[in-house]
Amino acid sequence: MPRAIPIPVVSHAATVLAQGAAHLAGAAQVSRRRFLKDSAVLSGLLAAGSPLALLAPSRAWALELTHLDTSQANAIMALAKTLYPHATLPDAVYALVVKDIDAKMSDEKTAELVKGGVAKLDQAADGKWASATAAQRTAIVTAQQADPFVQRVRAQCITSLYNNDMAFAHFGYEGEAFSKGGYVHRGFNDLTWLPNPPTDASPPVA
Amino acid sequence: MAKFDTNDDSVVVIIGSGASGGTLANELCQKGVKVVLLEAGKRQSTATFVNDEWKSFAQLGWLDKRTTSGTWRVAKDFPELPAWVCKTVGGTTTHWAGASLRFHDYEFKARSTYGAIEGANLLDWPISLSDLAPYYARAEYKMGVTRTNGIPGLPGNNNFKIMYDGARKVGYQSCHTGRMAINSQPRAGRASCMQLGFCFQGCKSGAKWSTLYTEIPAAAATGKLDLRPESHVTRIDTNAAGKASSVVYIDANGKAQRQRARVVCVAGNSIETARLLLLSESAAFPHGLANSSGRVGRNYMRHTTGSVYGVFKEPVHFYRGTVMAGIVTDEAVFNPKRGFAGGYELETISLGLPFAAAFLAPGAWGSEFTYYLDNYTRLAGMWIVGEDMPRETNRITLNHDVKDRFGLPVANVHYDDHPNDIAMRNHAYGQGEAIYAAVGAIKTLRTTPYPSTHNLGTCRMSDKARDGVCNKHGQTHDVKNLFISDGSQFTTGGAENPTLTIVSLAIRQSDYIAAQMRRRSI
Repeated sequence: MPRAIPIPVVSHAATVLAQGAAHLAGAAQVSRRRFLKDSAVLSGLLAAGSPLALLAPSRAWALELTHLDTSQANAIMALAKTLYPHATLPDAVYALVVKDIDAKMSDEKTAELVKGGVAKLDQAADGKWASATAAQRTAIVTAQQADPFVQRVRAQCITSLYNNDMAFAHFGYEGEAFSKGGYVHRGFNDLTWLPNPPTDASPPVA
Repeated sequence: MAKFDTNDDSVVVIIGSGASGGTLANELCQKGVKVVLLEAGKRQSTATFVNDEWKSFAQLGWLDKRTTSGTWRVAKDFPELPAWVCKTVGGTTTHWAGASLRFHDYEFKARSTYGAIEGANLLDWPISLSDLAPYYARAEYKMGVTRTNGIPGLPGNNNFKIMYDGARKVGYQSCHTGRMAINSQPRAGRASCMQLGFCFQGCKSGAKWSTLYTEIPAAAATGKLDLRPESHVTRIDTNAAGKASSVVYIDANGKAQRQRARVVCVAGNSIETARLLLLSESAAFPHGLANSSGRVGRNYMRHTTGSVYGVFKEPVHFYRGTVMAGIVTDEAVFNPKRGFAGGYELETISLGLPFAAAFLAPGAWGSEFTYYLDNYTRLAGMWIVGEDMPRETNRITLNHDVKDRFGLPVANVHYDDHPNDIAMRNHAYGQGEAIYAAVGAIKTLRTTPYPSTHNLGTCRMSDKARDGVCNKHGQTHDVKNLFISDGSQFTTGGAENPTLTIVSLAIRQSDYIAAQMRRRSI
C-alpha cells in the first residue's frame, strides 16, 4: 500500500545543534482563522513524474500562512533554494521552510528578523530578489552569509528540508526501520558491485 | 527496587547510570552492597526509543547548556554542544555504537613509549594491561562482545563491503566487522541484531548492550538497588573528617534532596564529573573537591576524530545496518615514522538523511554541499578515532557568566588541538580517502569532528597525588571515600573507543570498594 504523504508535512524536527538544544515543534494547527485578511497561501503542483506524486494523495499542495505575506514567503522560498539547491526537489518540500519560519513569527524578535532580512535581500537585488537568477542570488547570499537572518533560515532549512517523508522519498532514505524488521532481511548487505568479504572478516547472519 | 532512606549513611551513592555507573551499581549490588543510583535523566526503554534522529536526540541527549572555547573546530561548528552524550537512565550506553576494544599495552605507558612531547602532558597509567586483562575478560563476557567468548562476529553491511575492499586494496591486513557489544546471536535474554541502522538512537531490538536493560535490572533484582531517575546532583558535601558525607540533588519535582552516603562514586561523564567536583568547593576544599593537585578538569581528552565520506557510482544505502559495521585496526599502532605518536582506528559510520544534512559539513550551504545529499544513496562513510594528547590547558572550567536552570555555572569546555592531533587527523583523512579512491569513489569529503562522544581524562589516575586526581582504583587522592568511576580516570586516551575500558575499570573498582568496605577502611 503506498504511503500517503500529507501536505504540508509537519516538521517534528529539533532546532539546529548549533543552538545547543533541541525542542519539538508543536503539532499542526487544526483550526485556521481563515477570515484573516492578510493570510497568504502558497501553492503548487507536484510534477507528474516525481516519485512524490505517486505517493501523495494529491498532486496539488497548498500552504496557508499566518504571518508572512506572499512576497515574503516567495523570498524565503528563493533563499532556501539558493542555500540548498536540489534540481529536482519539489517546491512542496521547500515550502516547509516557509511554513516553519511562518510558525515562529508569533515571536516578535523573529518576526522583525525575518521582515528586515527579506528587505535586505530585496535591496541587494534591486527589489527583485525572488525573481533574480540563481547566480545572482548565490552572489547576494555569499555576500550576506553571516547575516543573522540568512543564518536563521539556513539553520531552519537543515531541519525543515531534510526531516520529512517527502525528502526521505526524494533522496532515497528509508527512515524508520524497526516496524519493518530492520534491514537484516531487507538489503543491509545487498551491494553486488564488489566481491563479498571473506567470512572471517564478515560472518554470515547467525 | 529497594528504597533507602535519605538519612541512611550506609549506602554507596553512585552519580550517573551509564557504562561506568550502571556497571558499578550492579557489581556492588551483586556483592550485597546497598546502592543509591542517581541519574539526571528520565528512564526510557526499547519500547520508547524512536527510529528518528532528531526526536531521539531530544529524547536522549544531554542538552543542558555548555559553552566552548579554544581553537578546536567544534567550538565553531557547535559552540553550545561540545559533547554528544546522554541524559537518560543508561547514560551514553543508549547512544554508543558498541565498539568494544581493549587498549594495547603500550597505550598504558604513553609517556615511556612516546617520550616527552612538547605541549602535551603525557603520563603513564598507574596500571598496566596485565592488571586490567582479567577485567577486560569479565567485561567482554558481561557485554557479549563479538569475536570473544566464542561469539561470532556480526555480518557486515554494504558500508563495510566498501571499507573492506578498499582497505585490502591499499594494503591493510586487519579489517573486519569488529568486536562489538551487539548480539550476533541471541544471548543473555536479548535478541540478535536486526540491522536497524539506528544504533545511535537507542537500540530498539535491545541487541546492543546498554546498562539500561542489562546491568540496572540485574542490580534491581538483588533488592540492593535504589535507582532514582531525574535526580540531578548539584553538590557533594564533606564532613569534619574530610570525607564525602552526602550528596545534594534536585529531584523530578525540582525539590532539593540530600542523600547521606558511606561512599560516593562520580560517574557523570568527563565534563559533568569535573564540573560537579568544581561545584563542590568548600572551606576545606577551596579549589573544588579532591582538587589539591589542581588537576580536576584538566587534561581533557576527546579523541582525535574526523570523518571521510565517499560518493560512488553505484548504490550503497549505508544507513542500512549497524552504524559501526567494520574497522581497520592497522593504524592503531605505535609508529612515529608516520609523523605522530599514538595510533588511530578507522570505523564505518553512517547517518540518516536528517543527520547527514546537519553533520556532513556543518554550516555548509550551496551546490557543493547539496551534491552529497543528492547522492545520499551512493555514500559510504568512515569515522576516525585516535589518541589525542592530554594537555594541561585543555580543560573543563566553571563558566560563571552562564548559569543552568538551577542557577549554577555551566561547564566551559576548552580545547586546542595539539600539533600531534592535527598530524594524525591529516594522516587518517589521507588514508580514508585512499581506501575510498581504491574502490572508485567519484568524490570524497573530509568532515570536521563531531561533538565529543569520548570525553576523558578530567580526573586522571596517577601514581603520585600531585600528578592527578585519583589512584589506580579511581579513589581520589584527597578524599578516601570518594571515587571517580568513569572515563575521567583515563590517564591517557588510547586509540580505542573507551567504553570497554570504562566498564572494565568499573568492575575492578567494585572489587576494590567492596574489599575496602569489608575492611572498614572506607
